[in-house]
Amino acid sequence: MQTTVETDPSPSGVGQPAPVVQMTGISIGFPGVKALDGVDLRLLPGEIHAVMGENGAGKSTLIKALTGVYSIDAGTITVDGTPHSFSGPFESQAAGISTVYQEVNLCTNLTVAENMMLGREPHRLGRIDTRRMNRRAGEVLDRLGLDIDARSQLGDHPIAIQQLVAIARAVDIDARVLILDEPTSSLDVDEVRRLFDVMRTLRAGGVAILFVSHFLDQVFEISDRMTVLRNGRLVGEHLTADMTQLSLVQEMIGRELEVLDRLDRAPADPAAPDPAPLMKVLGLGRKGSLEATDLTLHDGEVVGIAGLLGSGRTELARLIYGADSADGGEVEMHAGRVRLKGPRAAIDHKIAFSSEDRRAEGIIGDLSIADNMILAMQASRGWLRPVPQRTKDALVAKYIGALDIRPANPQALMKNLSGGNQQKVLLARWLITEPELLILDEPTRGIDIGAKAQIQQLVAELARDGMSVVFISAELEEVLRLSDRVVVMRDRRKIAERDNVDLEVADILQIIAGEAVSPDQDAHPVPHAEEAPRA
Amino acid sequence: MPDVRSLVRHQLMWPLLALVVLLLVNVVATPSFFSVRMQDGHLYGSLIDILRNGAPVLLVALGMTLVIATRGIDLSVGAIAAIAGAVACTSIAGSSQESATGTAIVAMSMALAVCVLLGLWNGFLVSVLGIQPIIATLVLMTAGRGLAMLVTDGQITTVNNPAFRRLGAGFVATLPVAIIVALAVLGITAVLTRRTALGMLIEAVGINPEAARLAGVRSRTIIWTVYVFAAFCAGIAGLMIASNTSAADANNAGLFIELDAILAVVIGGTSLAGGRFSLTGTLVGALFIQTLATTIPTIGIPAETNYLFKAVAVIVVCLLQSPQARAALSVTRRLSATPVKAGVA
Repeated sequence: MQTTVETDPSPSGVGQPAPVVQMTGISIGFPGVKALDGVDLRLLPGEIHAVMGENGAGKSTLIKALTGVYSIDAGTITVDGTPHSFSGPFESQAAGISTVYQEVNLCTNLTVAENMMLGREPHRLGRIDTRRMNRRAGEVLDRLGLDIDARSQLGDHPIAIQQLVAIARAVDIDARVLILDEPTSSLDVDEVRRLFDVMRTLRAGGVAILFVSHFLDQVFEISDRMTVLRNGRLVGEHLTADMTQLSLVQEMIGRELEVLDRLDRAPADPAAPDPAPLMKVLGLGRKGSLEATDLTLHDGEVVGIAGLLGSGRTELARLIYGADSADGGEVEMHAGRVRLKGPRAAIDHKIAFSSEDRRAEGIIGDLSIADNMILAMQASRGWLRPVPQRTKDALVAKYIGALDIRPANPQALMKNLSGGNQQKVLLARWLITEPELLILDEPTRGIDIGAKAQIQQLVAELARDGMSVVFISAELEEVLRLSDRVVVMRDRRKIAERDNVDLEVADILQIIAGEAVSPDQDAHPVPHAEEAPRA
Repeated sequence: MPDVRSLVRHQLMWPLLALVVLLLVNVVATPSFFSVRMQDGHLYGSLIDILRNGAPVLLVALGMTLVIATRGIDLSVGAIAAIAGAVACTSIAGSSQESATGTAIVAMSMALAVCVLLGLWNGFLVSVLGIQPIIATLVLMTAGRGLAMLVTDGQITTVNNPAFRRLGAGFVATLPVAIIVALAVLGITAVLTRRTALGMLIEAVGINPEAARLAGVRSRTIIWTVYVFAAFCAGIAGLMIASNTSAADANNAGLFIELDAILAVVIGGTSLAGGRFSLTGTLVGALFIQTLATTIPTIGIPAETNYLFKAVAVIVVCLLQSPQARAALSVTRRLSATPVKAGVA
């Protein structure tokens, strides 16, 4: 195996090395659902292999079959030519398969080295040999080109670094197969680059990397080969070089995807006189999270907020909504001063806010779709005036239909839905309150392309019907596609505001980057302010 | 077939089964266990005893269910029960018309009002000051019996008031008043939580407090309300206990009733982690605990070992509810089902 490793980092079909992992005809069923149906997957040493598919296509299930979390109903898994049947994650790990999940599963109260060596600490005289441990951890970090102090506490590092440490740990357990499940979803551009550097280093060392990501650009940048799944079935395996983004998306969703392109917003009529604004924000700020910011929002207008993670885009939204309390500035609505002390006050003023953190701040997992949808409306009515069952049924049925929520069963538990469907339920929760201002923070993050297109379409329609929408997204294309006006944030303040006329992604990037070269700015744009305490 | 399956999966399945087993053990030990006889127009029998003696635990457990659903816990309910009895008995004993019905009503109202105040205190500590519930209610758990002692001057206050005595020991239309009151509170709680939106909002706060806050739920009010309700229920239970003996014992009234109530809630399937709650489950849990307490002496085991058996029963019921234990069970089920599935694939 090792001999074939250096021959060709991007296998091209001729003289291919034998696969490290070969999964054949994998089927897994859950009650009522066929999650995987005869899927094949092979991982070659020294390649980065992307598994692509919409939410619910079976990516996670396939990974869990490989890591031994799920037992398979049919099919075979061979590692190095030896058939395996994993009945638990440990057996899979013992076979050399390591996994780094989206959420970092490490101990933030321990040091980097302790985390990397957890359970395998070098001992001396019956005690942990801290010096040796730190040295070994340092060597691994060096080998991956990571400049991290092994003795520092893990919790002091941003999530991105913690993720790299998790990878370093996985690699040190002599992994020949590394599974990265959505590793980039909370990283900014710089951090993604560092992650990719590490991945390339590992690839050169002969590790087979299985990479799952929703970001098509990243997949095309880093992967050598891809396996596409749809509805639990294998659609195809391709060399990345043979694919275009369009052909990939077509395979993933199985129909011509014109939705994304067809979505042209009727541009704001430039001749129309400036109408009275719905909301006027003056000098709104909060120490440590946002400098004083002005913003004006109109009915029927989509304002996009662009900026890197930690640029203050989320902070601005939270301050407007009252999720965090501002320590300066004022807000006017309909030309009258309002005090938004908290979410309830905001809802009473017909403002809705959908958080970027769906799981922690959006869904109520153990409640039904219906209860989740009705929650905000019910909360503003108070517990003594329950929404009448008939009204509730009608609203829920309406939005399940309108937003194409699946399963279309109002009693299904929220936690069992896919990310895209959860997001739609949350949108429905807010639309039911009939807001005048809808603030959407990363509404399409981590959801499949079909749901994404539907949500974008919905935003466009809502604005056409007169709703004011604030749209925050890390994907600049998406911001530009939807917005009438774009606000650019950086280093916790607003640095530009442009009407979306002939605006290109490159222009936005330039605005963001233009500030970066000014000498008094930190080269790193204060990443992960969003991890800072909010209460 | 699917019906059997959903029955096995139903969360009340195991506690109910445990209760049935316990009742069967009793029938074997005393064949007359299920017999209920009518005497002077009142119903008597072991089952009636279980219901009547279990009424205070059920009451306390109802309040506890809602508190636990919000991720909280209330350790002070036993002490609050003692205070309720102390206030009522002291008030009656100090009245010029000790045996008048009006005196009893005033005394009980006063006691319940005090309980509501104590509930407001607990709720204030938890929802406004943000103190962890277990610590916040520990304050009143320890201080409460002292308060009760202050009220009764350290004496066991006995009273002689027929109206007050009826609550714990009287009958209305053949049934003990205690049973009627407890079932009435159960009914009111069910209506209050399931006919209004209170139950759903409590669950939302318990499952994901931050998401509930951002959706506009006034979690502070909700949490405050459940602590007041728990104290109110504990107050009724305390009155019942004092009424049954016509005496207020500041030291022993409602001793450890908070633990029984927590057990009842847990056995009934409401998770201590908060979230979904089941009032029916709590009813089954409370009945189970009381039946167990009755069973131990009946089958000839010294009553002092009651706690030991309670512990064993709790372990068994909780094991049956634990996801891991269930997973272990379902693995065996799944293995036996594999050939069928493979055939389909």
